[in-house]
Amino acid sequence: MKINDVILRTVTKIVVFIILTFGVELFFSGHNDPGGGFIGGLVLSSAFVLLYLVFDIETVHRGVPFDFKKIAAFGAFLAVFTGIGGVLFGEPFLTQAFGLFDLPILGPTELASVLLFEAGVAFTVVGVVVTIILSISKDV
Amino acid sequence: MNNIVVAPMLIPLLTAIFLVFLRPYLKIQRFLSILSIIATAGASFYILDLIKKEGILRLDFGGWLPPYGIVFVADSFSMLLVLTTVLVAGILLFYAFSSIGQEKEKMFFYPFFFFLLTGVNGSFLTGDLFNLFVCFEVMLLSSYVLITLGGNKIQLVESIKYVAINLLSSWFFLLALAYLYGTVGTLNMAHLSLRVAEVGQGPLLTIISILFLIVFSLKAGLLLYFWLPGSYSAPPTAIAALFGALLTKVGIYALFRIFTLIFYHEPEITHTLIGVMAILTMIGGSLGAIAYNDIRQIVSYNVVIAVGFILTALAISGEVAMEGAIYYLIHDILIKALLFLLAGTMIFLTGKAKIEEMSGLIRNYPLLGWLFFVTLLSLTGIPPFSGFIGKVLIGQGAIESGSFLLLAVAFISSIFVLYSLLRIFMNCFWGETIISEDNHVQLKKGMLLPCAAFGIATLVLGLGVEALETYVSDAAYTLMNPEVYIEAVLDSQK
Repeated sequence: MKINDVILRTVTKIVVFIILTFGVELFFSGHNDPGGGFIGGLVLSSAFVLLYLVFDIETVHRGVPFDFKKIAAFGAFLAVFTGIGGVLFGEPFLTQAFGLFDLPILGPTELASVLLFEAGVAFTVVGVVVTIILSISKDV
Repeated sequence: MNNIVVAPMLIPLLTAIFLVFLRPYLKIQRFLSILSIIATAGASFYILDLIKKEGILRLDFGGWLPPYGIVFVADSFSMLLVLTTVLVAGILLFYAFSSIGQEKEKMFFYPFFFFLLTGVNGSFLTGDLFNLFVCFEVMLLSSYVLITLGGNKIQLVESIKYVAINLLSSWFFLLALAYLYGTVGTLNMAHLSLRVAEVGQGPLLTIISILFLIVFSLKAGLLLYFWLPGSYSAPPTAIAALFGALLTKVGIYALFRIFTLIFYHEPEITHTLIGVMAILTMIGGSLGAIAYNDIRQIVSYNVVIAVGFILTALAISGEVAMEGAIYYLIHDILIKALLFLLAGTMIFLTGKAKIEEMSGLIRNYPLLGWLFFVTLLSLTGIPPFSGFIGKVLIGQGAIESGSFLLLAVAFISSIFVLYSLLRIFMNCFWGETIISEDNHVQLKKGMLLPCAAFGIATLVLGLGVEALETYVSDAAYTLMNPEVYIEAVLDSQK
């Protein structure tokens, strides 16, 4: 028997975007306030997990055709890579740099290389969490 | 500041990440693995040589000075272990190429192999207790994957025990860290040493130190080794050899670090306790080694005996004994890898694991038989092989400090090692061959050559002790004089 889940599906379609926005907000606020790559990544991955729960795996895969293991690896690479960046400039491993830039629309903005590091963390968290959920959802 | 210090951890980490992307391309994965091992070994050797010239090296991550930031500290002790680890891992990779099978190779065998190496090298190099915890976790998580890879029934059964016991000990580790931080307010090892010396190691700190002792004993297999023989006999040979050679050694390293650098003020309590545990470990290991008929069990119990043997040196705590322990640690990493490989190869060739079911193997595989004989001599400590110098020095240290009970048990345990391996040798290699012409399995070169390489390595290490002497005596000196280490870490000018 097919379960009638029209309400769930409709709500999910909207809520997923709210969760994703909140995840990004948490990710950026982490620079000076509570938040950051790890927490942002967890919230982002919860959006994916909700999608997988409400729609089936195949449907979501058609929309988001990524191998999440590779996303995790890419995130780890990004994080380590920013660490090596410091080495290339003769600074200790994992040294981060920041500076003020005058961007066209945003005006004077502080850009920090730690953002890339945090993005790496977020990618890793999303990749790992979704991979874990997908693995344990499979029948053996 | 010297960025090269992070290389032995960074190169395997990057390799592991890259290999995830190269999942379908096994040939490239193998090639990159070898390349990465060579690069890591080269960097490690360079660091070891640099320490000889410039003293202990330090790297402050992100430029945050100790005691606030994370530091990596490379002294002779840690670098000797890193170098040995990398070389042994390289030879084991060659064995894995020919034995592990495509199915496992495609399930991320190589990435996790390198993640494990990352964790092991990181544990050796870190100068921060919490970072040590993190590196331990990296190592353990990869070992969880490696032990279950393939998913045989026995692997899954053993891995549940392995994971449970390691989670428990990691939890204790975290608890001990929290207690320690709550008591002295720092986790940098050199800073801890200073602060513990300042306030004196009272009953509270001694109890915390005993908590650490329990944690690392679980990891090293000191007395709390009940999980070890089962888990180490479940996974495929190359992985079992990797575990047998490396994982317990990291626990032993941590014990040496903590009880020579931080908690060395109450040796009557802590070091006596370590001595008692070492004696019980050796007795238990010896009983296990002669009680079982399964080769894998016998070999695993040999790991246990060695753990007890090395820790007698910590219980004695003299410079000579420390030198002995370092020689023996290096030797033991090599020889345990060889022993596990030989046992695994024998099981692969005959399809049997019980010693009474095999016989006459030396007729079919002469070189394998002789290699086993070499292993046996080396493990017992017969010159010119590498086990000799370590045993002599630990014995000498024991006599100097008058610890005759430790001395007696340590050397009697060697006889048990000899007996347990002779039993395998006589049962499996002597006598009428059980393998008929039709059943003869060709021994692959890819399996035999790594074993032979280890055999040569133990001989070279035994003969070339002189070359290592400067490094080892420097390492032992640093271990026995914590102020050298502290000064190198906390000197903000460096």
